[in-house]
Amino acid sequence: MIIGLDVGGTHTDVVLLGKQGLINEVKVPTDASNLFRSVLSGLNKITKGVEPQEIHRAVFSTTLTTNAIVQNNLPPIGMIVSSGPGVDPEFFRTNDHYFPVSGSIDHRGREIKPIDPAEIKTISKTLKKSGIPYVGVVSKFSVRNPSHELAIYEILKDDFEKVFLGHRISGNLNFPRRISTTYLNAAVYPIHKEFYDAIIKSIEQKWLHIPLHILKADGGTMSLEASMDFPGQTIVSGPAASIMGSIPFAPVQQDCLVLDIGGTTTDMAVLIDRVPVLDPLGTSLSYYKTLIRSLYTHSIGIGGDSFVRVEDGHLKIGPDRKGSAMAYGGQSPTPTDALCVIGLIKDGDNEKARNGIQQIADQLGDPLQTAALKIFDATYKKIISEARAMIDRINSKPVYTIHELQEGYKVDPKQILIIGGPAPYFARHIEEYSGIAVGVVPKWKVANAIGAALARTTCEVVFFADTERGFASSPEENFYESIDRSFTRDDALKKANELLKAKALHKGANPEDLELEVLEDLQFNMVRGFHSTGKNIRIKVQVKPGILSEYADIAEMLLV
Amino acid sequence: MLSARHKTGLVFFPAFDWAISPTHPEREERLLYTQDQVFEEGLFDIEGIIEFKPDLVLVKDIQRVHFCVPDVWNVTTESHFISAGGAKTIGSAVLSKEIERGFALVRPPGHHAMRIVHGSRGFCNINIEAIMIEYLRRAYKIDKVAIVDTDCHHGDGTQDIYWHDPDTLFISIHQDGRTLYPGTGFTNELGGPNAVGTTLNIPLPPNTSEEGFLHVMKHVIKPVLDDFKPDLIVNSAGQDNHFTDPLANMNFSAQGYAALTSILQPDIAVLEGGYSIEGALPYVNVGIILAMAGIDYSKVKEPDYNPDKIRQSSEITKAIEKIGETVLSYWQRRNSLRDQIQRTEGFDQRTRSIFYDTDGISEKQKEKIRPCNDCGGALCIDSSSDRGHHILAIHIPLKACAKCKETGYAWYESADRSAYGMVVLQDRTEDIYLEKK
Ligand SMILES: [Zn+2]
Ligand SMILES: [Zn+2]
Repeated sequence: MIIGLDVGGTHTDVVLLGKQGLINEVKVPTDASNLFRSVLSGLNKITKGVEPQEIHRAVFSTTLTTNAIVQNNLPPIGMIVSSGPGVDPEFFRTNDHYFPVSGSIDHRGREIKPIDPAEIKTISKTLKKSGIPYVGVVSKFSVRNPSHELAIYEILKDDFEKVFLGHRISGNLNFPRRISTTYLNAAVYPIHKEFYDAIIKSIEQKWLHIPLHILKADGGTMSLEASMDFPGQTIVSGPAASIMGSIPFAPVQQDCLVLDIGGTTTDMAVLIDRVPVLDPLGTSLSYYKTLIRSLYTHSIGIGGDSFVRVEDGHLKIGPDRKGSAMAYGGQSPTPTDALCVIGLIKDGDNEKARNGIQQIADQLGDPLQTAALKIFDATYKKIISEARAMIDRINSKPVYTIHELQEGYKVDPKQILIIGGPAPYFARHIEEYSGIAVGVVPKWKVANAIGAALARTTCEVVFFADTERGFASSPEENFYESIDRSFTRDDALKKANELLKAKALHKGANPEDLELEVLEDLQFNMVRGFHSTGKNIRIKVQVKPGILSEYADIAEMLLV
Repeated sequence: MLSARHKTGLVFFPAFDWAISPTHPEREERLLYTQDQVFEEGLFDIEGIIEFKPDLVLVKDIQRVHFCVPDVWNVTTESHFISAGGAKTIGSAVLSKEIERGFALVRPPGHHAMRIVHGSRGFCNINIEAIMIEYLRRAYKIDKVAIVDTDCHHGDGTQDIYWHDPDTLFISIHQDGRTLYPGTGFTNELGGPNAVGTTLNIPLPPNTSEEGFLHVMKHVIKPVLDDFKPDLIVNSAGQDNHFTDPLANMNFSAQGYAALTSILQPDIAVLEGGYSIEGALPYVNVGIILAMAGIDYSKVKEPDYNPDKIRQSSEITKAIEKIGETVLSYWQRRNSLRDQIQRTEGFDQRTRSIFYDTDGISEKQKEKIRPCNDCGGALCIDSSSDRGHHILAIHIPLKACAKCKETGYAWYESADRSAYGMVVLQDRTEDIYLEKK
């Protein structure tokens, strides 16, 4: 049996799944001031009457770190940034204690200018004087050569509680994002640690053997322990949870658009053969653009409880939410009230819903039913047009080879899956309007927790080999090796896959769930003065996000 | 947060799977380190810098500019359709006001491709700037266009295409043709009889550095542009003037290229040559992108940049000032020069030999133009190559007067079909391309 737990804004959902399907589900209120207590009470409730040895895995999706970033409730952090020539690093300043320092490494990973240890020591003193325990260190092109980050680390390591190094956070190129990602990792570390310690301390002894995982923004998991080194990876896992929960119901070998229609927002994502499309670079949160792997999602401010009003004679829906629908005690009309008036929703206070929609009808000069239909139409049409725009954006992602430009995959969904309370009411209309078959995800109220429970452990490895300079490396994995001219692309692929497997297992993956995929496989002949001098090989591999293979057929069980 | 003062579009298409040959300068690796630098600097994340996926050009777009012998497919690869397409994508985005400026960072280049194409010359098969400009003229009704070619090699292909067009100002600034391929581009090359002065050539001595380039940009090109008042400024942004370039002998730098770009303020830049793939291109391209977007580029410097070491001598400075004066005086006297040349009666003719160095083809051309004060003039080219192709190509310009259009059709209809492998007519007034059966 496995457990999935999703901490939401108002309540925390927990499910217990087994081969036979959904065994139990509970909902506990979320205590925003003490999230771990919500987690604990959810866990205690769901495990009542279950023997500890029957549980093989538990996955949490928390909003703890996300909230801290959005509310800008972050502790002071020291940031040491070595840029070398290029865009002025001052533009990438993340916080007060941000120090651009000397030192430079070029695109091939060659040292152009060393760091200045005296300069680092001075900064170290300043940071210590300010009582700052956590430091982020980032240098440009550190994913090609981390020696400057490591040298700075050597100077700092004994004086600070934890030092975060840019090259360990992602193997991808993007210096500004490396800075902000390193910063966020350092900045959410203390609250994530507090959460971690609280869980470990409070969980009953008999449950401690269960592998505990955290859901990530890419719809995969990592062990709670691994999350201590990369706490930033825990952000923005909320949208991923529901999307993962839709996968058992998604078609194989087809594209599928997933719409999670909530009260305030509608989140959308695309699945290709049950694998979610990932953001090419990383997630964005607040004003931070990061290198944190994430699902490609789009969120719009339209949902069942969106504020409906008339402005300059035009109907306006969202993005604000003023409260719940009038049918459920709210003060302002919403699309949900329109559904009540049309007769699609039977419960709720129909009288109040009619009153609300009547205000809109009066301003539009329409009969009540017409106004309700207009609101309903505008709601789902807006959702579909935004979804189409998102698919266009996925399809217009730039590519860099003729092959990809000509043969590149074009997303073309043949099915739409809807999650959320109003889903059944929207289904037929969205199907007629979009011309695409629509399915509704059952047990939508806990699809998020089910998604968390079923999510596999995922990760990525970026591998680089330069036979002219004679080295292969994957700094993120702390891997460096001397190679000679006979090193081939096949050797590189093999090594990258080995590293990936080791990393996935270390992060808590089940050996049977290592579905590896090559994301990038490029080899360049290096020519200097009309002679071939070596090969430049770039490999990127990942464990695909998806659901645990032993639960691949759980959909049928969830339908009953 | 870092944001662009000018909303700038980029097409980045390094064609990582295309090369002229494995060890050719125009090979897969050429933009690899540029991509690394551009990605690592995070330029595509900057607010107001937008990356576009290139569209492909159509055969029609190519035939609006070129006569391809024996046909388009024989002288192009997919990569040419994409690199010209990238320029077209950027041009369209600028003219539809989606962006304020744009840079097509694409390969292969195009500025050595002339109106008639038998093969590849100077690594170029089709002229990507001309294809873009003629498409934009058709789609957006723009009129006057200025092309400033800052590649180290003379833009002889672009010069050929616009030789007779008084509405396109072509200015090429390059290393003196006596010291570098293609050996042309002297100050007295000023355009055909109907377009004297709208071709300007500024050959610079080897070892010209920042000072010389920026002098010419400020004191020659800028004033001419202010005079001409183009609807669109296009920069053929070759980067082989760099002090590390293996194919040329100039001493320009990333700082210099960025400064040149911010003085010129091109609406559209299109990458041309540049073969110092590690030492120059990564830095020059970052500099140009930042300059176009209006972002501080003062810290963009090559690892081995030392302005004192590459500074030009005072003799070079003097020589450049003199060349500048000559060019400016040609520009100022362009109307009287035109009257002098047009005084001769009948059609103006020229005969020339063109060598396609990349493909090893020799071509002979006989060209005649109808002298005209009302339009660019009907143009007729008799071209044969040592590959056995023989073509009669007739071009009626976009704004042809009735007389020139009539002349063009008369040439086409009276041509002896059996004397040529093909007889073709490009009627730009109707946007059609006809081949005589
Ligand atoms: Zn060149
Ligand atoms: Zn005429």
